[in-house]
Amino acid sequence: MNRITCIASNTFREAVRDRVLYNLIAFALLLSGAAILVGQISIDIEKLVVINLGLTAVSLFGVVIAIFIGIGLVSKEIEKRTLYTVLSRPVRRWEFIVGKFFGLAGTLVVNAFFMAIGVFGALLYVAHKFQAPDGWVLVALYFIILQFLIICSLALLFSSFSSPLLSAVFAFSLFVIGTFSEDLRNFAAMAAGPAKWLATAVAYIVPNFSALNIISSVAHARPVSTQLILYNTIYALLYATMALCGAVLIFQRRNLK
Amino acid sequence: MPAIEIIGLEKTYSVGFWRKRPKLALKPLHLAVEEGEIFGFLGPNGAGKTTTLKMLMGLVFPTAGSARILGLDINDPQVKAQIGFLPEQPYFYDYLTAHELLDYYGRLSGVPGKDLPPRIEKVLDRVGLRDIRGVQLRKFSKGMLQRVGIAQAILHEPKVVFFDEPMSGLDPMGRREVRDLMEQLKQEGKTVFFSTHILSDAEALCDRVAVIHLGELRAVGAVAELTSGVQGKIEIVWQGTTVPAAIKALGAECHVTGDTVRAVLKEESQDMAVDALRREHLLMISVVPVRTTLEQYFVEKLKRAEQTAGGTA
Repeated sequence: MNRITCIASNTFREAVRDRVLYNLIAFALLLSGAAILVGQISIDIEKLVVINLGLTAVSLFGVVIAIFIGIGLVSKEIEKRTLYTVLSRPVRRWEFIVGKFFGLAGTLVVNAFFMAIGVFGALLYVAHKFQAPDGWVLVALYFIILQFLIICSLALLFSSFSSPLLSAVFAFSLFVIGTFSEDLRNFAAMAAGPAKWLATAVAYIVPNFSALNIISSVAHARPVSTQLILYNTIYALLYATMALCGAVLIFQRRNLK
Repeated sequence: MPAIEIIGLEKTYSVGFWRKRPKLALKPLHLAVEEGEIFGFLGPNGAGKTTTLKMLMGLVFPTAGSARILGLDINDPQVKAQIGFLPEQPYFYDYLTAHELLDYYGRLSGVPGKDLPPRIEKVLDRVGLRDIRGVQLRKFSKGMLQRVGIAQAILHEPKVVFFDEPMSGLDPMGRREVRDLMEQLKQEGKTVFFSTHILSDAEALCDRVAVIHLGELRAVGAVAELTSGVQGKIEIVWQGTTVPAAIKALGAECHVTGDTVRAVLKEESQDMAVDALRREHLLMISVVPVRTTLEQYFVEKLKRAEQTAGGTA
């Protein structure tokens, strides 16, 4: 466990020292600008616009960071040979993968935390006070973090066997398809024959990001059911665990030439 | 019990994208290294040295064979706590300082937290990096990175140390320091296994060496044994700048350097040459048989191996 923590904290430190968290500055500028602008031009829907814009930005910034760091987590270590001095110690390969996962997930959670402060700050600016339904924004943020976990694990899975460029293409494609997975399911329900089977199979294989996206719903102050929170948590954890297991299985057999 | 025992370790890679074809990197290798030895693993670039080391470290999986370190199979997790490894041309996390990097590696090696700070200080001192322990590695030169690499390999006080081309990138002073360090490790009872293609280092340091070429072991033995072949020639050195005519007549190859002359001639001409020097009242400094150097031995071995490979092809 100590070794996993060690690798995770080193991964986090790498992200911080490579100035990954600088994106927070861009995010803060975007959000403050938007809040001021929205406050001036919209009537009654300031909160809706700020929540939509803020949470979408949290999600997109995080996804981009998850993909761009995640794809290099293993391949960069192999390419730069930093992995040699790690795996020649009493570190098992699965511990390395799991440590890297937690390190990246930790970076994204910290990132999301600071962005969330920004979102609530902008909300306070436009609405002047918090109301009870604003609490659902926290649930939307939690679902966004669950998305990050899935993307981290997928980026690691691709990074364990392919080049950074291909890994980025795979991970980003899955993110886009996963975002429209609900439409894919609807299409599967309407299709017939082999197209139905194919669409159903793809809909179940790709991560269901549309179920994890409740931004629009919370922007309209609609409540989120406990059941959905529970299902989404179980789904995201299971999906991330399976992708991580895949990454471990591939990495266990890989020759580090 | 040997410190390192390699039993038929073999590696074949699959190359090609569509039509995979096998490429032999290492033919079955049998080798034993005794505890407390400095063992040199010699070979030209691409001979199979790094592949062997990577298999011993568990970075590459052997196609066949096995290996034991300190009596334990290389796949046994306990082995890794007792070995140190310096890869060829090492590269480390350049956003860390030397101190942070060693702290990270120390923790991964299972060094108890309270023992770590004094050990890091000691090892940084040993490799001459104490004064720049707080500098990020991205500002380090190649030679300094090599020193960091050595520090991380010995930090957890392993019983067996593997160095892949440890002198690479070092200036003469640095090479000397690494040689001294390897000798100190031997005095501490550690086994040192290092690969190199710099033969003078191997000749100066190693108890025994193995020569590998084209993935095949060509020779193993003490440096003195491998280089003991007398070439049937002697070398006479005397003071002066003149070469007596009698010595020239013996067909000697003579070289005048400063105020000494060095002549190499056939062994059977030794008495005649010595008499000639006495007649001329020249002061003789030494008369020694000419022995094969490790370099000559190495080149000869490689030539023969290439001829054999060419003949069978």
